[in-house]
Amino acid sequence: MTNIPKDLLYTKEHEWIRVEGDVGVVGITDYAQHALTDIVFVELPAQGKKIDQSKGLTVVESVKSVSDVYAPVAGEVVEANSSLKANPELVNHDPYGKGWIAKLKISSKDQLKTLMGPEQYEKYLQEQKH
Amino acid sequence: MKTIFENGGEGRAAVQFSDDQYPTEAPKIEDRFRRKNLKIPEVSEIEVVRHYTTLSKRNYGVDLGFYPLGSCTMKYNPKVNEDMAKLEGFTNIHPMQPEELSQGALQMLFELQEMMKEITGFDAFSLQPAAGAHGELVGVMMIKAYFQKHDKKRKKILIPDSAHGTNPASVTLCGLETQEVKSDGNGNVDLNDLRQKMNDETAGLMLTNPNTLGLFDQNIIEICKIVHEKGGLVYCDGANLNAMVGVTKPRDAGFDIMHVNFHKTFSTPHGCGGPGAGGVGVVGKLASFLPKPMVNQTNGMYHLDYNIPDSIGKVKSYYGNFGVLVKAYTYIRALGPDGLKRVGQNAVLNANYMRVKLMKHFDLPYKRICQHEFVISDRNMPNGVTTMDLAKRLLDYGYHSPTIYFPLIVHGAIMIEPTETETRETMDSFIETMLKILQEAQTTPELVKGAPHTLPVKRLDGVKAAREPVLTAR
Repeated sequence: MTNIPKDLLYTKEHEWIRVEGDVGVVGITDYAQHALTDIVFVELPAQGKKIDQSKGLTVVESVKSVSDVYAPVAGEVVEANSSLKANPELVNHDPYGKGWIAKLKISSKDQLKTLMGPEQYEKYLQEQKH
Repeated sequence: MKTIFENGGEGRAAVQFSDDQYPTEAPKIEDRFRRKNLKIPEVSEIEVVRHYTTLSKRNYGVDLGFYPLGSCTMKYNPKVNEDMAKLEGFTNIHPMQPEELSQGALQMLFELQEMMKEITGFDAFSLQPAAGAHGELVGVMMIKAYFQKHDKKRKKILIPDSAHGTNPASVTLCGLETQEVKSDGNGNVDLNDLRQKMNDETAGLMLTNPNTLGLFDQNIIEICKIVHEKGGLVYCDGANLNAMVGVTKPRDAGFDIMHVNFHKTFSTPHGCGGPGAGGVGVVGKLASFLPKPMVNQTNGMYHLDYNIPDSIGKVKSYYGNFGVLVKAYTYIRALGPDGLKRVGQNAVLNANYMRVKLMKHFDLPYKRICQHEFVISDRNMPNGVTTMDLAKRLLDYGYHSPTIYFPLIVHGAIMIEPTETETRETMDSFIETMLKILQEAQTTPELVKGAPHTLPVKRLDGVKAAREPVLTAR
């Protein structure tokens, strides 16, 4: 069963964001890590990188494919999870915890309204299944 | 097995040199620039022969058995191609010698250009790119150059979610921006999504047709119309020309530019990083942007034409991978127009034969008549047996596995492409094996999950290899 924590917001591209004041912690969902299978490399976005909503934030590489990770909202990268450099598998083992990818200083909190809540994301996943 | 460097012993050699073959003068290279302790294996002739014969026995190729690797097309390469590429007139010439002394080679290139124009329907065709992905890059460079001249704000290229990974890579390398277009439930491009995303900043659409699901886009005419009406160009990733060669011309669907992977359609060796060929065809308005030189003919003499005003320049030393082009030329001339048509028809017939037989037992997400390949999923495999397990188990039965986990839009994709040369008996026995493995997954799942059992190496740790790659033999 796919794990969808209640306290996060989600994108159609399977990223999650946890809002902590002005900052949003971003990662990929349990569904995404499972679909990608074993993650072997996570490119860490540079600190200070400014990015628009839905643009490529960074790239994760699994044995199967290379995939873009999109920014759930516009913002500036304040920190990237440097422990992923040596241990990319954290994204598989703990996608919502130690496997977080970047922290963004959110430019506009209004954009958060465009994201899905947990129930909506669960419904979206159901619809995605062929 | 030992590497060649671990074989042999001091002083052993497969060749005897006489003293007069050694230089007598002192070396002209200063001592500090010369490498010491060159690691050249010292091996006798029989050691060399045994080492490489053993290696070749561990290899697997289409000359040994069925190789249904979808998307990559492991097509049989007729041996006559090799004979022609070895002709002395082709092997004993140098690209720097005068055109008057290279007329035969230039004629071959010119005629191949003309034949490619006839087959694809385009107005001009360059043979220079060295592989499919290189052809793609050249194509996108031409699109960029075209809009640099005519409409500078167009910098976005739309690419469907079923595309080859090289498409967005080519776009990014050219400094353009990729935007994804969705597929619809039938495996076609989602027309509404396309309409919504086409605007006056879009340079065009890159479309693989037939696509990586092995499906011919049923709305192709409409797709090209939508892009053209908004001022964009339509690029055809012609990787899958093998499904329609001799039957339809991509230009007629409305494409403006196209690359062709010669190994997939014209039986040149599968490059895998080695020499390949990935020529590019264009409509008239793009001809002045082609790489230079092209081969032309004036008064019965063939020559290299550097007079291409908007050319993106040279993309390959001399003129493409000549030997590979000889093989493609041979294949086309040997088959002729009718033969080429039968290639396309048989590739499609074989794929559909296998699709219909397998879809009774495996999940087929897109239930349509396919082209040269089709994709099944792992959805109804029992006991947690995965696509990877099935692929490894096929090795035990002496087959190369199909392409797996691609395209990404199908869960646990298994992409099968028999090609036109396989017999019905070969396809039947592969299908029987697939069903047998499905049976094993039901009754003895551990047997499948632990495969392969009969090969020199067992299941390799792909994850560890990717996380901690060791790239030298030392």
